[in-house]
Amino acid sequence: MENKPTKKSLGGVSRRDFIKGLGTGALGTAVLPPLLGQTIVTKKGRVPVYDQKTITLTVNGKKASLVVEANETLLDVLRDKLDLTGAKKVCDRGECGGCTVLLDGAPVYACMYLAIRADGKAVKTVEGLAEGEKLHPVQEAFIEKDGYQCGFCTPGFLMTTSAFLDKNPAPSLDEIKQALSGNLCRCGNYAKIYDAVDAAAKKMKGA
Amino acid sequence: MRGKEYMSVARGEATGAAGQAKAAAAKPAAKPAEPQPEPKAPEYKHIGKPTRRVDGREVVTGRAKFTQDVKLQGMLIGKILRSPHAAAEVVSIDLAPALALPGVMAALKLAEGKVRYAGQQVAAVAAVDERTAEKALALVKVDYRTLPYVVDWERARDAAAPQVRDDKPNVEKLNEYSRGDVEKGFAEADVVVEATYRTGVEIHHPTETHGSVAAWEGDHLVVYDSTQNIHGVRDGLARALKVPAPSVTVIKDYMGGGFGSKLSLGDYSVVAADLARQAGRPVKVLLSRRDNAVCVGYRPSSHQTYKVGAKKDGTLVAFSLLNYASGGTAPGDDVAEPVVDVYKCPNCKVEEHTVFTNVGAQRAMRAPGNTQGAFGLEGVMDELAAALDMDPLELRRKNYSTKNQGDTGLPYSTKGLDKCYEQGAKAIGWERRNRRPGERSGTGTVRRGLGVATSIWWGAGVPGTLADVVLYPDMSVEVVCGTQDIGCGTRTHMAVVAAETLGLEPKEITIKLGNTEFPWAPLSGGSLTTPSVAPAVRDAALKAAERLKAVAAARLKVESGDVVMGGRKFSSKTDPAKSASFAEVYRDLRRETSFHGERGGMPGDRYAFNTFGAHFAEVEVDVETGRVRVLKYVAAQDSGQIVNKLTAESQVVGGVTQGLSAGLFEERVLDDATGNVVNPNLRDYKIATSLDIPEIKPIFVDVFDPRINNLGTKGLGEPARVPSSAAIANAVFNAIGVHVREIPMTPPRVLAALKRKESAS
Repeated sequence: MENKPTKKSLGGVSRRDFIKGLGTGALGTAVLPPLLGQTIVTKKGRVPVYDQKTITLTVNGKKASLVVEANETLLDVLRDKLDLTGAKKVCDRGECGGCTVLLDGAPVYACMYLAIRADGKAVKTVEGLAEGEKLHPVQEAFIEKDGYQCGFCTPGFLMTTSAFLDKNPAPSLDEIKQALSGNLCRCGNYAKIYDAVDAAAKKMKGA
Repeated sequence: MRGKEYMSVARGEATGAAGQAKAAAAKPAAKPAEPQPEPKAPEYKHIGKPTRRVDGREVVTGRAKFTQDVKLQGMLIGKILRSPHAAAEVVSIDLAPALALPGVMAALKLAEGKVRYAGQQVAAVAAVDERTAEKALALVKVDYRTLPYVVDWERARDAAAPQVRDDKPNVEKLNEYSRGDVEKGFAEADVVVEATYRTGVEIHHPTETHGSVAAWEGDHLVVYDSTQNIHGVRDGLARALKVPAPSVTVIKDYMGGGFGSKLSLGDYSVVAADLARQAGRPVKVLLSRRDNAVCVGYRPSSHQTYKVGAKKDGTLVAFSLLNYASGGTAPGDDVAEPVVDVYKCPNCKVEEHTVFTNVGAQRAMRAPGNTQGAFGLEGVMDELAAALDMDPLELRRKNYSTKNQGDTGLPYSTKGLDKCYEQGAKAIGWERRNRRPGERSGTGTVRRGLGVATSIWWGAGVPGTLADVVLYPDMSVEVVCGTQDIGCGTRTHMAVVAAETLGLEPKEITIKLGNTEFPWAPLSGGSLTTPSVAPAVRDAALKAAERLKAVAAARLKVESGDVVMGGRKFSSKTDPAKSASFAEVYRDLRRETSFHGERGGMPGDRYAFNTFGAHFAEVEVDVETGRVRVLKYVAAQDSGQIVNKLTAESQVVGGVTQGLSAGLFEERVLDDATGNVVNPNLRDYKIATSLDIPEIKPIFVDVFDPRINNLGTKGLGEPARVPSSAAIANAVFNAIGVHVREIPMTPPRVLAALKRKESAS
């Protein structure tokens, strides 16, 4: 995993590194179901049953090869193995959109998407939305219009919005509402989010 | 924190040592103040204007670190096993099989004796990763002896129902209040209306679930906690772990919502600290979405029976309220504040009871009590207006009060509710309402209507709140306060106030908050963060400005009183040719210099300090399907001086949206047969989405309160939530001619109400 992003320091996280050299995940799969490692017969013939697989992803433009568990979600891989914590775990069952990332440009709920299915695909997370220090127009618009409160659902909204505006650069209010209906904002800031999406569309048109 | 304790904080009654000293000094009661001409608010460059969040870039780039995102070296994942039974005796807990699993580093027994609700914690484990922890949890062996339980509050009132708590019966008196003589009042009334209003259980469901990361460094504990109250969690942990308070540091950088469910120490934080101590490694415990529905609170239900009497001209003569509230194993909310205090009425009697059930304890939820109370009171006011054939807004104006109607009788320091009524009615087009509820047929099966509801809340802020302003010779300015930004924009409010006072731009100010090592500030609940923190920052910044003027005076060789600040320089009033740039004067400081600010007291013995609002909703109801849609919404608020218009608008939009969601969709459902919550997720527990939200127009009436604090600012978060379900319910009444009287107003309830109307006519 030479492409794994370097771990960011959590400024002031700990007064000293009081436990050193202990990695997590070393004992990750202690109990394995009996079928793992064998093959089973399906309509498509015999297929192997993975317990783990090495996959290659392009994450925010960078290639990453890593070993994932067969039943590990893309969200867990992004958050735990690639240290990309922008996508949030809110419901963990495809009900709220807090974990939305783009897979080959299309929004998916990363909590409902197995990491092995993403093998060979390009993943874009909120960390990859800006170009260096230059914010994406959607990011700028969410700040300008105060399109969030606590900010926890925001990465999901930003990813949904950016994919939506790529497909529909001049949406009506009803189209905006429809496009965002798979993302929950518990602070209830939808009315400001509409303004932000509208402002972002105008910015992108002007750009 | 619940009930009385929360309410005392919401009212701005001082807590903590500094606060208690202030509170003692504020007594005893003096003569109520005489009315006097109101001073105007000062002209500001930043305060009251829209300012973008200073931490916006952090949030939109995903760099903002929430508790969920904290990862420490060697960190373990902790998981909590919860009781599947609503009542049971825990006979034994065997941790050995879990501890034998490779990768499991610690385990705890948490339940002793009885468990009283499904979801109560029983045991916990910490392991090298989440999967191992989950497997270990399944290996913990618990032997339960199940006991009879009751989860339905109406059944819990039966004498034969299982007793929920060992220490008291299932029904207990919660609140009693009386003024005048209600029987005499009702006898004098020309019109009497009586009706029962019910509110269901609303769950907070913050997007970020509750959680803690605990790490011991020798005897010192550092905890990252998703909390609205860092100092409270610090003190609570110190008590629970029997260590001195300074041995615990609590940090909260960013948090994904709380709405009252994260106001005090959670048992999961103690579990994280205990597991971390046992394992000798940091432990992260995050609750699940399911946990959020079973063990971290909700808005308790209410069952409010009102009787109101009025003269023909609408003058109120008597009110009575009988309420049954249910908050599971904890007392429910006292909902009486609106009926006691909103309208002038000489006779008023309140009796409230709580009913205990085998359900997790409630926690304060955004404007606890007043929200439920407003639904009932504002509903009966509209039904009274219909009985009197009167405009509901006129009825409210007719009984307008300028002083507290409850125990204190003090005049409101300021009250802009009349302005809220006026500006809100204009913005919604109040004249478009049905003159009599349900009178216009509308087109096809769709009926339209307009409704109004009134808000009252506290939100004065807490005297004794501390903040520091630090000036650096390189012209950096830092503002430090041990408060927390829970999404309201507190970082930005601090920056706005410091920038205003020091002649800088908000983005030039460095903000530090969310750490118990910083100066004390109260919890973020009760709508008190801004009116506590902003005045403390103002106080410190004013002191800093004075020092800068003195330093400039020395450089300019003039008297300190001769120096004015403006245009990023200091100049002499008498000789404007003499001036020094900010950069020069800051450099003259030679070292960083701290200024301590404090939010001062307020004349609470002479004035009542409250926040007000009037909300107006327009709805359409399909009488065939029972579906309600909100078409337009106007929320007029009196929260004194607004600090940041941009974030203030968001607060109002959020309050309205949550009220809409609770009014139409949200309801926890319990299963009598198992004692469990049957919709502990976000699919079966309905929360409003973008498709449900109309245009929302916030209005701030900008009434300046010169007495409340040095900025004249009051809280806003809860005032914007109090009347929102009620305004929508009243609009539905105006549309269909019958009040639904129960939230959420689901299609079956709307259809049942229509049937009630049919059978009555």
